Amino acid sequence: MPNLKELADKCENLAFDLNFTEAKSWKAKDSKRVIIGYMPVYFPREIIHAVNGLAVGILGGGDRKQIVVGDAYYQSYICHIPRGIIEMALSGHFTGFDGFVFPSICDVIRNLSGMFQMSKIGQFAKYMDFPQDFNPEIGGKFYIQEMDSVLSKIKEINGVELTVENLNRSIGLYNKNRKLIERIYDIRQSYPWRLSAVDTYHIIRAGMVIPVEEHNEILEQLIEEISKEFGDPMDKIKVVVTGAFCEQPPVSLIRTIELAGCYVVDDDFMLGSRWLQTQVDDTTDNPKLALSDAYLNYSAFSSSVYDVGNPKSKRLIELVKRRKADGIIFAAPSFCDPALLDKPIYNQECDKAGIRYINFQYHENIGQFKVIKEQVGAFSDSIKLWDVEA
Amino acid sequence: MSDTVKKEKSMILQKEMIGGLFKELGNTKESGKKVVYTFVPGNLSELIRSFDMLPVYPEINALQSGMRKMSGDYIKEAEKWGHSEDVCTYVKCDIGMMLKGNIGPTGEKIPDPDLLLLSYTGCFTFLKWFENLEHLYPGVPVALIHTPYQENGEITAEMTDYMVKQLKNDVIPKMEKVSGQKFDPDKLKTILQHSADTEDLIAKIFDTTKNVPSPIDAYFAGVYYIGPINIGFRGTPEATEYYKELYKEILERVRLGLGPVTPEGEMEEEKYRLVVEGPPNWTSFREFWKLFYDMGAVIVSSSYTRVGGVYKNGFRHDPDRLLESLSEYCMGCYTNLNLNQRVDLLGEEIQEYKADGFLVNSIKSCNSFSAGQLLIMRTLEDKLEIPVGFIESDLVDPRYFSYSNIKNRLESFFQMLEQRKIMVD
Repeated sequence: MPNLKELADKCENLAFDLNFTEAKSWKAKDSKRVIIGYMPVYFPREIIHAVNGLAVGILGGGDRKQIVVGDAYYQSYICHIPRGIIEMALSGHFTGFDGFVFPSICDVIRNLSGMFQMSKIGQFAKYMDFPQDFNPEIGGKFYIQEMDSVLSKIKEINGVELTVENLNRSIGLYNKNRKLIERIYDIRQSYPWRLSAVDTYHIIRAGMVIPVEEHNEILEQLIEEISKEFGDPMDKIKVVVTGAFCEQPPVSLIRTIELAGCYVVDDDFMLGSRWLQTQVDDTTDNPKLALSDAYLNYSAFSSSVYDVGNPKSKRLIELVKRRKADGIIFAAPSFCDPALLDKPIYNQECDKAGIRYINFQYHENIGQFKVIKEQVGAFSDSIKLWDVEA
Repeated sequence: MSDTVKKEKSMILQKEMIGGLFKELGNTKESGKKVVYTFVPGNLSELIRSFDMLPVYPEINALQSGMRKMSGDYIKEAEKWGHSEDVCTYVKCDIGMMLKGNIGPTGEKIPDPDLLLLSYTGCFTFLKWFENLEHLYPGVPVALIHTPYQENGEITAEMTDYMVKQLKNDVIPKMEKVSGQKFDPDKLKTILQHSADTEDLIAKIFDTTKNVPSPIDAYFAGVYYIGPINIGFRGTPEATEYYKELYKEILERVRLGLGPVTPEGEMEEEKYRLVVEGPPNWTSFREFWKLFYDMGAVIVSSSYTRVGGVYKNGFRHDPDRLLESLSEYCMGCYTNLNLNQRVDLLGEEIQEYKADGFLVNSIKSCNSFSAGQLLIMRTLEDKLEIPVGFIESDLVDPRYFSYSNIKNRLESFFQMLEQRKIMVD
């Protein structure tokens, strides 16, 4: 069995393989297999898996892809991720992808679906409208229609019909995946020195580009490794990082947070992989309904959803308490309306709850971390030195 | 630049209507009328009116603050409150205005909402805006109606059904509770008939730009023309009267062969006919407009005047299909169209109105419009072989209106148009 370092290295290579070699090799083994790219945040990957497909997460080029033509598609005041995605699309990274799904999150990602349609990238580019109505008879029904729309497009490509049995099986696999990921976060809450935030990031992100069966195997091996006693705690505070659910921070930024004196005990970097906070029923006659019910009732809180009467700030504060974190780092991409428009509310509710926090903005290919390191370091020191409960 | 604007009868009518609305809003304590905050795109004005409630449009307040040169201070206030420089300035202007007492354009305080009606059509930021308003007005009920996007370029029966159910299940019951009135379909039917009449007139008015010279400017003056329907008067007899009068005035201009009215009087020579994509800048609205009419440029069609409804394609509110019709209206607004639909619509108008060029005013605050505009522009350029231009500004943040930069770009664009005219001639 590979050791921790080998697992982490493997996942780093997978996570940042911008040519999606593993996914394409997987597809090459069967002519009826399809690859469907999806953008952040959440997409029910189970439905793709159940029709002989692989849902591959697309998070842009980060700091590993130079933008040449992408900037010609976007004005300077639009966030960075779509220009990275269009750059990748136009330079052949998605060759072999059959279709693309753009879940509703913001106007930029929505309009990116139109740009894919206009540029005829893939056999289909579907904007998937997630309901903001949480009544199963209304929003639930609409959500199932949206899932059906994606399935019909895939059926046109590979002719595979969805069956109850297959979808239940896929749901079971993704249930296991979410459970294993949460187990890793639970272990890290108590023993964060056993697995760095950067390695955690690589390991979870790798799951967006390989079959769930393989990812589950990696996660099981990893859990076995980090369940062993090793290492010693360092004098660091525990933080929750939030705001980074779409355009990803460069890995060096996550490393900077750690080096500046923080253990990241929870985050929303890979929120889509942890979205459903329940085990979806995988024994039902109507698995699409089960997925829909899980979405309506057990979604993670997110800037892309307005759950009237169930404020996100309350849920964030609950998370901080559950993770026994000392504070929150609000790290949002520049020009990200969803994350940035949530920030004042979060900040004010944290003030009321007596939770310490800092804010900063980044973009996916930021290269200077000194200021952030100083800010995070001062934040960490202030809690360690002055917080009586620290 | 002249400080006085030549007033036509329709302008006076409009001023009276809007003044009356704000007066009524300032008088709600006495009248007991309930107040609904909502948005222009996909607005359910008719439904609000059917419950005898009064609408308030935060983005209208923001644009008026921009025109009154007050938005800069409001935006700074919101930034002090914690908002980033990067986010939508309509949101910040509205929040800043509220934090500074919520004084409306007539100097009267705009009343707090009794209901927050979030019909977010084509703009995801509206959702975030109302989350902020819910936080600022704790305890005020929120009715949220999700308008499905026309991702496939069509409105399906399922999409309409989804919206109708939301209206029945959530929006109408909340309106009944807040207003204390039962939903009255007959009343709504009468209101929708007025809407349809008004929409007929609006479609005719904006179609007059087919004339050469165009009797109106469909962007700078167009925003005034859509004022009454976008500020809650759609569905009222006053709106029908206003548009009848306006149409009459415009037809008279056509008869006399006159060009558009500008703040400095009639435009004497129409040199260039343009189609413009994107909202205008409000903080320097008159200087911005002047850059065009000084060059003899007339806007014969603009996408912005369709954010509150696209009537050109034949859509009319239908008194015989009450909730279905309201739903289809919401889904048909311009920013709820996918990019291919937007290209098709703009392309048709460039051809139909014989435009010499296509210009994008790309707005920092408005990703709904802006994301994809560069591709839209290049597509139209390739497809129609028409000169295209691109300028950038913002809605209500004065920091993002660079007069000299815009002027330089426009001068280059007009030179290109001139050159092309010489080549074609």
